[in-house]
Amino acid sequence: MSATATEQNTQVRIATIGSVDDGKSTLIGRLLHDSKGIFEDQLSAVSKASRRYGDGSFNLALLTDGLRAEREQGITIDVAYRYFATPKRSFVLADTPGHAQFTRNMVTGASVSDIAIVLVDARHGVVEQTRRHVSIAALLGVSHLILAVNKMDLVEWAESSFDQVVTDVAAILTTLGSNVPLHAIPICATDGQNVVEKGSEASWYEGPSVLDLLETLDVAPVATVGARLAVQWTLREHGGSDYRGYAGRLEGGVLRVGDAVTVHPKGNTSVVTGLTRAGAPTDIAVPGDAIAVELADDLDVGKFDVIVASGASQPVDATNIVADVCWLVETELTVGDNLIIRHPSGEAHGKVSRVIHRLDLETLKNSSTDKLVLNDIARVELQLKTPLVVDAYSANRAGGSAIAIDPVTNATVGALMVVGQGVAQAEKPRRGRFFDFVRDFATSSSKEGF
Amino acid sequence: MSIVTSQEEIAILQSRSHLDRLEAEAITIIREVVAGCESPVLLFSGGKDSAVLLWLAIKAFAPARLPFPVMHVDTGHNFPEVIEYRDEFVRKYNIELVVASVQESIDKGDIPDPGPTGSRNRQQAVTLLSAIRSNKFDAAFGGGRRDEDKARAKERILSFRDKKGGWEPRAQRPEPWNILNPRIVKGEHLRAFPISNWTELDIWEYIAREDIPLPTIYFSHERVVIERDGMLLSVGGPVVIEEGEIPKKEVVRYRTVGDMSCTGAIRSEATSYEDVLAEVKTARITERGATRADDNFSESAMEDRKREGYF
Repeated sequence: MSATATEQNTQVRIATIGSVDDGKSTLIGRLLHDSKGIFEDQLSAVSKASRRYGDGSFNLALLTDGLRAEREQGITIDVAYRYFATPKRSFVLADTPGHAQFTRNMVTGASVSDIAIVLVDARHGVVEQTRRHVSIAALLGVSHLILAVNKMDLVEWAESSFDQVVTDVAAILTTLGSNVPLHAIPICATDGQNVVEKGSEASWYEGPSVLDLLETLDVAPVATVGARLAVQWTLREHGGSDYRGYAGRLEGGVLRVGDAVTVHPKGNTSVVTGLTRAGAPTDIAVPGDAIAVELADDLDVGKFDVIVASGASQPVDATNIVADVCWLVETELTVGDNLIIRHPSGEAHGKVSRVIHRLDLETLKNSSTDKLVLNDIARVELQLKTPLVVDAYSANRAGGSAIAIDPVTNATVGALMVVGQGVAQAEKPRRGRFFDFVRDFATSSSKEGF
Repeated sequence: MSIVTSQEEIAILQSRSHLDRLEAEAITIIREVVAGCESPVLLFSGGKDSAVLLWLAIKAFAPARLPFPVMHVDTGHNFPEVIEYRDEFVRKYNIELVVASVQESIDKGDIPDPGPTGSRNRQQAVTLLSAIRSNKFDAAFGGGRRDEDKARAKERILSFRDKKGGWEPRAQRPEPWNILNPRIVKGEHLRAFPISNWTELDIWEYIAREDIPLPTIYFSHERVVIERDGMLLSVGGPVVIEEGEIPKKEVVRYRTVGDMSCTGAIRSEATSYEDVLAEVKTARITERGATRADDNFSESAMEDRKREGYF
């Protein structure tokens, strides 16, 4: 079967974030509608629903607000995933709630996205929600931030209104010490100006439309640490074969047959003698591939072990971890509460031993606390009973992210990004592998706030 | 050193298509659920989505054998071609098949008999839940896709179901970075949707790329149909001709495979993967809108069924 035109396309993942009534769902409806990503029966369902829930005018937001409660309340509660494609790329779009109460769902949507589109209402400018959303997008490390200044028609397409928003958002990023590229566009989602096609209203704006940017921004994954494979499962053939393949998703760098590897946390070394990608033999695998690895030596390797390309950059086997956390549930966290930290390298029982600081989203300054409440963003220190094999999130997203689970209810309660090892442990080096980490930790600590 | 640097490595990285990304994501999810659960099962209806799902599962564990069985929730209103296909597929790949019968649930009185011609699609949920309980499965893989329906668009990769099998959309577990939380207590179970992020077009492109076998009814053939509520229903089995309906021979194919009583055919001359792909690319109506009467009852039809334990 020959490759079709779209088959060679890359897939780009986008999250849209904004406050209530900023017009997020409308923007998405517009992108889907104008790129022909909506089907006729969906359109007719929307016009039926518009009569029921709206003022009768055709409401594109009803395309994405899929739950009955969302339609009734006119707000987005949960992340909705939508799909559309242009001749250049295919897109997975996570429409995330703007309401503060559902910030956790925004974190979920943005965590797997290459590009975040933050919407701001031109009339209101930057509000607390904007600060929250920009902070989270910056913290989660999206590759690009598109700032869509919406409802420009309601400020007569005044360049000064647009400039004010751009200046304020750039200031937030500066305060946070983030270097995520910012792309600002004045739009009107209801009539589609600068969404898919360039509009004529803003004569002063010479940049691209939202879709132009989505189609052209570079989102290739950057590998900075070298190959890592957190083992998910060991493949064994039945019958006479002695095949043993360690299966997982490759992250952080390229892996080839013949590469020397170190298995964490035990520290054994071996050589890659065979590779499969999606079940088929190959000589080389790149980050993102679902692979299985055969090793030359008969080692004790299993679920949660991490096979790492030998070399200078090794992850750390840590029981004392400093991490940024987004608290996702109504139940408060008090220092000392038991948690399970689930990471590709294990499920470790432990606790938050202290809150280093909490980020105040009103002032973007750090404050002190010993409790975390819903939607808090804080830097904490964790003490674990068993080590996890971690990288700093800034160096390797997959190796530096984890979730916190309540051991009683099994609910997912927090999203964690590893900053580095705790000070206590860094002073007592374990097998001399902490140097990279201390450097990362020092770099990020030298920034104001996050 | 193994950081991506050389031109060759960058070229390989850039050659990974959106299908490669979706495939790797699905395989990763399947492996994670198998590692995190005691006794998973894969729901296999013989439809194209479950065929892709099973194909991905086979690849996830190759060259080892699939480490779990597949289950067919049999409404008793099957297209014979689909049953033939199901049996051939599991035989060829040496897969264990469990069949959960809606007819048995009706015979035992667990669900009211909708009558010989009534749709059994909604009743499937009861049979499914009882089969999950009696086989002690703690996770069930399904081929649900978020682009199918607005309630599905809100579904997580791992969908947590309480002891009654219900779905509470407001209490879903967040999945940042796609890190899954498979922890449950006895009596609860998980539904896992590895192909959540695939569209109908992705499915067909992947089927064509991988040459995945499908039931013949997905391709153009002659069939005696009647037109009812705007849908072409195959005459026979649960579909009985009503007054005023005129059976006609038409050249059709199916876009989805479900209960015969409520799955409609579309007029189509598409006989190959390429033909179907071309057709899907120009389709102006969603597959469920075009061919499934069960989703069109109300705006929240799918959400309501999911709350009751449906996929």
